[in-house]
Amino acid sequence: MKDGDGGPLLEVNDLVVDYRRGQTTFRALKGVSMTIGPGECVGLVGESGSGKSTLGKAILGLAAVTSGTIGFAGQDITRARGAARRRLAADIQVVFQDPYGSLDPTMTIGQILAEPLTASGAPREEARAAVAEMLEHVRLPSDAVTRYPSEFSGGQRQRIAIARALVRRPRLIVCDEPVSALDLTTQSAVIDLFIDIQRETGVSYLFVSHDLGVVRRICHRISVMYQGEIVESGDNERITRDPEHPYTRRLLLASPVADPVRQAERRRTWLGLRVG
Amino acid sequence: MTTDTFPASGRPVRARRGLWSRYLRRPVGVVALAVFLLVVAAALLAPLLAPHDPNFVDYTLTKAPPGPDHLMGGDSAGRDIYSRLLYGARTTLYGAAVACLTGILLGVPTGVAAGYFGGRTDRICSSISDGVQSVPGMIVLLIVAAGTGSNFTVLMITIGVFMAPGYYRISRSRALAVRREPYIDAARVAGLTNVQILRAHMLRAVRAPIVIQSALTGGIAMGMQAGLQFLGIGSASTPSWGAMMNDGYRNMQTHPLILLWPSAALGITIAALAFMGSVLADLLSVRAEPGTRAGRGSAPAAGDEAPTGEPAHPVEGSALRIENLRVAFGGPDGDKRVVHGVCLDAAPREVLGIVGESGSGKSQTVLSVLDLLPAGGRATADGIWVGGREIGALPRGRRHALLGTEIGYVPQEPMTNLDPCYTIGHQLVEPLRVVHRLPKAEARGRAREILLRVGITDPDRVMASYPHQLSGGMAQRVLIAGAVAGRPSLLIADEPTTALDVTVQAEVLELLRELQEEYGMALVIVTHNFGVVADICDRVVVMKDGRVVETGPVGRIFADPGDPYTAELIRASLDDTESRIDLDAAHDQAGQAVEA
Repeated sequence: MKDGDGGPLLEVNDLVVDYRRGQTTFRALKGVSMTIGPGECVGLVGESGSGKSTLGKAILGLAAVTSGTIGFAGQDITRARGAARRRLAADIQVVFQDPYGSLDPTMTIGQILAEPLTASGAPREEARAAVAEMLEHVRLPSDAVTRYPSEFSGGQRQRIAIARALVRRPRLIVCDEPVSALDLTTQSAVIDLFIDIQRETGVSYLFVSHDLGVVRRICHRISVMYQGEIVESGDNERITRDPEHPYTRRLLLASPVADPVRQAERRRTWLGLRVG
Repeated sequence: MTTDTFPASGRPVRARRGLWSRYLRRPVGVVALAVFLLVVAAALLAPLLAPHDPNFVDYTLTKAPPGPDHLMGGDSAGRDIYSRLLYGARTTLYGAAVACLTGILLGVPTGVAAGYFGGRTDRICSSISDGVQSVPGMIVLLIVAAGTGSNFTVLMITIGVFMAPGYYRISRSRALAVRREPYIDAARVAGLTNVQILRAHMLRAVRAPIVIQSALTGGIAMGMQAGLQFLGIGSASTPSWGAMMNDGYRNMQTHPLILLWPSAALGITIAALAFMGSVLADLLSVRAEPGTRAGRGSAPAAGDEAPTGEPAHPVEGSALRIENLRVAFGGPDGDKRVVHGVCLDAAPREVLGIVGESGSGKSQTVLSVLDLLPAGGRATADGIWVGGREIGALPRGRRHALLGTEIGYVPQEPMTNLDPCYTIGHQLVEPLRVVHRLPKAEARGRAREILLRVGITDPDRVMASYPHQLSGGMAQRVLIAGAVAGRPSLLIADEPTTALDVTVQAEVLELLRELQEEYGMALVIVTHNFGVVADICDRVVVMKDGRVVETGPVGRIFADPGDPYTAELIRASLDDTESRIDLDAAHDQAGQAVEA
């Protein structure tokens, strides 16, 4: 499913994004290339400031591209604006990190989920049916439609955000740290939901995270970003078990494992790397 | 999945739908609203309520005192004051409504657009708003009055124009704040046009502040309107409170009652609006309920719950010991218990981890030791000992004197715990001078030395910097330096690495470990991450829903968790789980098995 049948869904080529702040320019992406196939989940790992979120934003049209191209389903969307960008809303969606800020606190869940549909001109009845179906998809009860975001926990809000992303049946969802604000047990439940939805709908994910454990669980392939560049890409097992680039190795060892004996050993290795 | 199920129906429903009922629970709000509704009713029903024609002149009634037929007496022209007051309410409310509406129509759309689009739109709109504010309103009003033959509606629209900058400023600042919310980005990605976003999200965000502003603007408009009428501007045939005040003013020496009635009506109406506005503002902003702020008196009782957890060391040989700690937060719906009788302890030179998910009460437990609970929180315990000394019963001042000397504290958010207005040097040196009474030069030397110790290679540059010039990891090093500068025997760290990148987290943990060994401190570290526990802790306390689930040495807890909840938490750490490739293989196999 990953290769073949008609080439990749998303193709990013030598992408450069600059952030201008007054006189100074900061190059957030320094020529990044990657592809995502249909039904595939590609992880983007790195620290804060590595540019991983910027790549997601550029694909969504929320960050201005300096040079390079972004192709989606064979169409150049690098500079899609206005009506062209709004048409893409049917195909590309987003789930943000912050389960508190990403839902308008003054709207009911029903209004939040129906918004993408009604904005595209879908009739109310159709929207209502789609909303009910999506709530079931993300395992929330149907009476959630009349409630407000403040009545839900972080994990539930993230399910609502996922439902909103799914409601127009997109082909690609950009997930920007969607589980990093959640408790561990909630986090694994939401990851399982992401996987189930991918199997049911065949949607592709660009999964941005700072946590190699999370991307190992959910992604087929992983790219590691450091200071605006992809330093290493490869399939899940290789990146998380046998990384080549020193930065990836440092990143892998820096994350502590829940086992005191193995962690002590990892720490010794990490200290060796740090000094060296 | 257990923590992620849907809330039980018994859970109190908060926020929006509650605003109205919360408003009605405020006595001031209820009285103000009742008064205002009374005025509105009087205005609407004036033709029915008024016993006389407000303009009918009865010479016998001139300056008459109140009587059975004329409840408030007559004015200087012999008209019934009570009837004129009722009809005057119509004028007053109509005028205020016109002014507010004009202000809203001009100020809100421009303010929202300026805040949302920014840039040139913002600059142009803001200049116009500032320009309007700098025009002397009264003079313009007099000119308009002269030019339009004192057309009342035009005058009130003019007042509304001068009120527009107020609406503009609030709408703009709300829109500026909301524009950065992720849900606006989500709406854009969902394919909404700018107009749709403005209508759906921005107008909702400004609704509440606009209502509050209107209560205040309405009052001001009434005052200005009365002022104009007092000067004799406006139609002589429509009764108005301002004109009645003018009449009363001229007879103030001989018949003060004529002035009293309209003044009281105007004063009470404006006051009612002002109180309604302030109650609403109080309810909508996140302020602590007034009752709970001073409510340190009633402490959570021991209750019928058995304390959980047990100490592992004798009191004399412990760096920290907590017995049967209870924490409750006061709220509008009564007290909410967050910690239900927790016992734990740490020996000198021991690293104790307190681990649990959000809502487990782990942070509240350590903040109680520091006596730094957020507003509304109250803690009681059978005893809190630091270094073998009971401190739970000490007065606040003595408790706080322990911070920085006996107890060091490293908070979760490095950036918000540094004051952006002062240099790092100042924030490190001041405590040393005040708490440890070191001379300035010595304090500086000590601060420099400690910064070097926490791995900052250029302490002089860092001491001259402001917090925003540092990275998150650097700021956390500075806070750790501040926490250990007083050579405490107990260091408490509340999620010290949660806000940091993994590589920085590893560095900070390494630093904490080194400092703990070097200074011989006991370290109590609060975390939700079992990896952090495995990395640094000697003993672990696992908490859930304000209770201790289990306590034990780190090796035993990981190898043989005594409680299913602990096992679930350890399993939830993702480092050893199957990768997506394994999961897919298993899934495919299961699929084939079903087909076969």
